[in-house]
Amino acid sequence: MSYDRFAQDLDGVVSRRAFIKTGAAAGGGLLLSLSLPGLGRAAAIGDVGDWAPNAFVRIGRDGQIVLTMPYVEMGQGTYTSIPMLIAEELEVDLKQVQLEHAPPNEKLYGNPLLGVQATGNSNAIRGAWQPLRQAGATARTMLVSAAAKRWNVDPASCRAQSGEVLHAPTGRSAKYGELAADASHMPVPESVVLKRPEDFKLIGTPAKRLDAPFKVNGTAVYGIDVRPPGVKIATLAQSPVFGGRVKNVDDAAAKAVNGVRQIVRLDDAVAVVADHMGAAKKGLAALVIEWDDGPHAKLNTEDIARELDQATLNSGPVAQNVGDIDRAMASAVIKVEATYQVPFLAHATMEPMNCTVDVRKDGCEVWVGSQALARVQAAAAKTAGLPLDKVVVHDHLIGGGFGRRLEIDGVIRAVQIAQHVDGPVKVVWTREEDIQHDMYRPYWFDRMSAGLDEKGMPVAWNHRFAGSSVIARWLPPAFNNGLDPDTTEGAIDLVYALPNMRVEYLRVEPPGIPTAFWRSVGPSHNVFVTESFMDELAAAAKQDPVAYRRALLDKAPRAKAVLELAAEKAGWGQPLPKRVGRGVAVQFVFATYMAQVAEVEVSRDGTVRVRRVVCAVDCGTVVNPDTVRAQIQSAIIFGVTAALYGEITLKDGRVEQTNFDSYQILRIDEAPAIEVHIVQSSEPPGGMGEAGTSAIVPAVTNAVFAATGKRLRKLPIDTTALKQPA
Amino acid sequence: MAFKIRVNGVDRTVDVDSDTPLLWVLRDVFGMTGTKFGCGMALCGACTVHLDGAPTRSCITTIDSVGSAAVTTIEAIGDTPAGQKIQKAWLDLEVVQCGYCQSGQIMSASALLATNPHPSDADIDDAMSGNICRCGTYVRIREAIKQAAQLSSPAVQRG
Repeated sequence: MSYDRFAQDLDGVVSRRAFIKTGAAAGGGLLLSLSLPGLGRAAAIGDVGDWAPNAFVRIGRDGQIVLTMPYVEMGQGTYTSIPMLIAEELEVDLKQVQLEHAPPNEKLYGNPLLGVQATGNSNAIRGAWQPLRQAGATARTMLVSAAAKRWNVDPASCRAQSGEVLHAPTGRSAKYGELAADASHMPVPESVVLKRPEDFKLIGTPAKRLDAPFKVNGTAVYGIDVRPPGVKIATLAQSPVFGGRVKNVDDAAAKAVNGVRQIVRLDDAVAVVADHMGAAKKGLAALVIEWDDGPHAKLNTEDIARELDQATLNSGPVAQNVGDIDRAMASAVIKVEATYQVPFLAHATMEPMNCTVDVRKDGCEVWVGSQALARVQAAAAKTAGLPLDKVVVHDHLIGGGFGRRLEIDGVIRAVQIAQHVDGPVKVVWTREEDIQHDMYRPYWFDRMSAGLDEKGMPVAWNHRFAGSSVIARWLPPAFNNGLDPDTTEGAIDLVYALPNMRVEYLRVEPPGIPTAFWRSVGPSHNVFVTESFMDELAAAAKQDPVAYRRALLDKAPRAKAVLELAAEKAGWGQPLPKRVGRGVAVQFVFATYMAQVAEVEVSRDGTVRVRRVVCAVDCGTVVNPDTVRAQIQSAIIFGVTAALYGEITLKDGRVEQTNFDSYQILRIDEAPAIEVHIVQSSEPPGGMGEAGTSAIVPAVTNAVFAATGKRLRKLPIDTTALKQPA
Repeated sequence: MAFKIRVNGVDRTVDVDSDTPLLWVLRDVFGMTGTKFGCGMALCGACTVHLDGAPTRSCITTIDSVGSAAVTTIEAIGDTPAGQKIQKAWLDLEVVQCGYCQSGQIMSASALLATNPHPSDADIDDAMSGNICRCGTYVRIREAIKQAAQLSSPAVQRG
């Protein structure tokens, strides 16, 4: 019972009280565990003694239905959509279920599409679609069998509904709780038949978020909110240059601050431990730290950009090769060339990085909101020098992930500090520390060239780019022959019919700045480049951007359909005022087809305002349509922020941005109107959390081109270049 | 030194330096963690509370400046008519995502509605542009404020 509360002291679906109640009622309940593809765990049924946390469904004798969530909730609605999958087949109402976080366990809760226990890559529903519906169906089948046996009737004459098994001919019924003990002794069905889509009651309907009530009254507990008894609060200063060291610390003034308890000096950081964050921050400000900046003391962003630019002058590992690019280019009537650049980006989650740790001689407890729980446990164990089973991790709601909380740098740091502290300590990053010691979306540099035929259509497409591979560090087995599936997603397998195409990627790791996943990662860069360049080709061919793309989509009907839908709903082609333009982008990433049309106004001083965005999406089967809309709205705002403002720069090895004044986030008065149009589909579900972010960026920059004639090949948008000449 | 402040109708005492921000007194001393830390510089609005009904960034409000003002936090905003309407609209329209900024959003929106029962889009921009939401729930925040405003208007409820 080490993974616990989501909300404090309230009745509801996800409370500690509910969990304890279920635990106490465990005797004789039904445990259902199931195997995820490739993870080799046979389904097993047992009684209370077997109640290891390797289950997705648990039904107590008292009727409590507890669903264990293998994916973490960070706003994307997974705590609603995953229960929908299980409840659909289990035949229970969402209001009947309780949720709990899965504990760290790579084997049981590994993401089938990543092979590790992690929430990311917009693949929770994709990974859960089959196995978690099967989990529900298997449990239901066994409950029905138990009821049929008890009543001595044919299971086929019984049906399950709203947490009960009913036998209509005799009017008998039994609640799941009454059947759980018997069901645990029923044979596990070899296979179960999943519902046909037309029989879905929950899937495809807009379900209410199960986590929302706690998030409107202040009771939701995020990692930063935990308060184990006796907890102290620490904040920290890490070497302002990555790779630097602490040379000297004068902590006399800091120690004199009322409420400061202790100063912890590490090799490359200093922490102030206090009774409360006010004292800790005051103590931090009073520290006089002398740093040895190390090897990156002179590093500037321009140095990194230049290195990447140079790298693309040479060929690299080929991610995709179609046809004969050289011959096609030689025969082209028109040639188009361009280079593109995208900057380092911080995550700037609203909940600053934090981690609470209690290191004792015989064990360690960690409280944190993480996208990769098993990694948290492993990192804490390694840092504290303890065996894995001595580390207890309490997972919590996440106040924004976007890839930041797939990393365990913060956990390692907190454990390092906690090793010097008696009792639990909550380490909280200031916003400045959070932005200046993030792990950043990589800088990428792209070299594009294309050849067009006499009609202006592309006969050759050449794309070479350089930058960091996050996968190579984070999931080395997935980095092969110099390539990985994330860094190249959105650059290869384009929706368009391109008869000759070559995509090359050169892995160049920048010195002195760590990189990491960031909402939509590879596509956040590649879709900007490919959809901007496609727009350039349309312009070179003197053709309408929508018509040009449409002509290349005959073999991609789903892509064509979303393009046509978005264009129609956006009123593509209808006249607009001066310095207002529409831009379009089409993509197939995260297994979802999407087209967006952005309408942008560029003022005389160059300021870009995104007025309206129309998005058409075909993400296959929709589980929760309201979540699909919410995620697209969210992803678009996230992408507009990146297009207009997002940029982390280094000067003398230091990140120049510090807080929300220098690292701006879009605000409500700048937010566009957003329309989402969902294409009905019975294809398997695609990913939803990130696709909207990659599509919006080129839609915006293409719209700026339409409004001003200025092509933007570097992000964020440089408004000085868009000023109207006097 | 000791300060006495009134939080959600309850008198409380705290012994901290006079320049300690109210945010940390609420979160770390009183354990009222509904009010969130986002930036520490009044740039994001996550820490918004009410002082005598006025939306206030608690991260830059020192404890010695609170005086006799009534402090209201997210934990008690549901007891006010405007707060209740805002919370209901937030749930009806499924505003929240990660939810971390929403305490502050709701406090700003409740203060707006309490003083301006029928805010225009421009009023909403003015009152809410100090609150950042990284999940980008702005479209729904705007709709929810308008819906909450309708709840307060019998004339509109008819329709």
